[in-house]
Amino acid sequence: MYALRQWSVRNARVLEWLYEHFEGAMLVLHPLWLWMGYDRIEAPICATERRVKAALFDCRMCGHCVLSQTGMSCPMNCPKELRNGPCGGVRENGFCEVMPQMRCVWVDAWEGSGRMRDHSGIQRVQPPLAQDHRGRSSWLREVRQKRDHRFFGTAD
Amino acid sequence: MVKIEEPAPGEPLPILDGHSSPGRLERVLRAGQFAVTTEIAPPDAADAQAVFQRASVFDGWVDAINATDGSGANCHMSSVGVCALLTRKGYATVMQVSCRDRNRIAIQGDVLGAAAMGVTSILCLTGDGVQAGDQPNAKPVFDFDCMSLLQTVTSMRDQGEFLSGRALSNPPRVFIGAAANPFAPPLDYRPLRLKKKIDAGAQFVQTQYCFDIQRLKQYMAQVHDMGLTERCYILVGVGPLASARTAAWIRDNVPGVHIPDEIIHRLLAAHNPREEGIRICVEMIQAIRAIEGVHGIHIMAYRQEERVSDIVKDSGVLEGRVPWHPGMAQRLIH
Repeated sequence: MYALRQWSVRNARVLEWLYEHFEGAMLVLHPLWLWMGYDRIEAPICATERRVKAALFDCRMCGHCVLSQTGMSCPMNCPKELRNGPCGGVRENGFCEVMPQMRCVWVDAWEGSGRMRDHSGIQRVQPPLAQDHRGRSSWLREVRQKRDHRFFGTAD
Repeated sequence: MVKIEEPAPGEPLPILDGHSSPGRLERVLRAGQFAVTTEIAPPDAADAQAVFQRASVFDGWVDAINATDGSGANCHMSSVGVCALLTRKGYATVMQVSCRDRNRIAIQGDVLGAAAMGVTSILCLTGDGVQAGDQPNAKPVFDFDCMSLLQTVTSMRDQGEFLSGRALSNPPRVFIGAAANPFAPPLDYRPLRLKKKIDAGAQFVQTQYCFDIQRLKQYMAQVHDMGLTERCYILVGVGPLASARTAAWIRDNVPGVHIPDEIIHRLLAAHNPREEGIRICVEMIQAIRAIEGVHGIHIMAYRQEERVSDIVKDSGVLEGRVPWHPGMAQRLIH
């Protein structure tokens, strides 16, 4: 929902804090996820993630969440699905070139990112989206990646 | 100064020390000269002569010609096609690649094909949305964005591999560019966005039309302070406006072009708006030339291509230098 999505950007700092703690909890529960089997919990976790993030961010389940680096404004709402900043077509009032009734998601992202503790994320170059991750849980992917990184010292 | 024999048109020049490409545009920029580039209107025809004819009006006035890739989301001859034809005659081309119409498999293939045909500069663009053009019911692709495209082309050249990691036996020797729009919101983010593009591999940028010199000065001061003018060549976009009506239309319909009211008033008040448009463009170039950190201009003279020579001549930015063109037997390098 557009209004809620705007609220999330305005409260990017709070959501950043919440996300950090949520991620910490998910990481602590890693042995439990492992015991239950990541493949088995994919469906229920994915369904929850879809509901929560659809409400808060109009999430499109790209499977590779970068909200913490985009001021809590989901870049997949950009009609061009740009993941690295605004295109040159942003209107003078800060609205979208393709959908004139919507604020540019990157104008929002820039504002949201200014409210967050970590301002630098928006400057990181994002690789092209792995299209085969679409529709899968970004939370579980992140947890597995971070655990692997901790244990084996290598990023996926 | 070294005087060299030109290779036959279509044959590559040698790659100079420290250069990424054998292209003339890179040579001019690295030699510290003020570069002039322009844009060719791709024909709506399967006609090579139309391309040669359209390019010949720039002979002796520009260092490189940009071939647009479905600009404004309108269908025309492809940039690969236009470039392949132009390189046969030896022209320096800048092949524009937009992310709107092709996915990563097609784009990487085109980069290899183009480099093999003699394309030495590639401009990585996001591309206009499909709604802007003559086929709004097309599927927008946007598999890459300009940033990941820049990174991919750079790694094809420098690491010699595809995005998948598969090795290339002969990497594309290209000079890599990007677009920049200093005039679109969020204004305070634009210099950072340029930095991000440079981090992703951009060696030169061509900007959107500049009609607001004050805004450009602010932007250039910011990017200069960030040290970006040392890391990247900046070519500022300019172009003549044919009338106040055209200007107003462009302002309302072409995404990302910012035209201040003063310019429109000046065109309205003029006896001959077309000539006034040329005069404004020349004045703009002279003002841009004086800004620290600007390395050249990019002239987009849509439907006034034959006036590019007058614009460059009147602005005096070449200072007597004659850029290479077909028929010019020898050329000085260094």
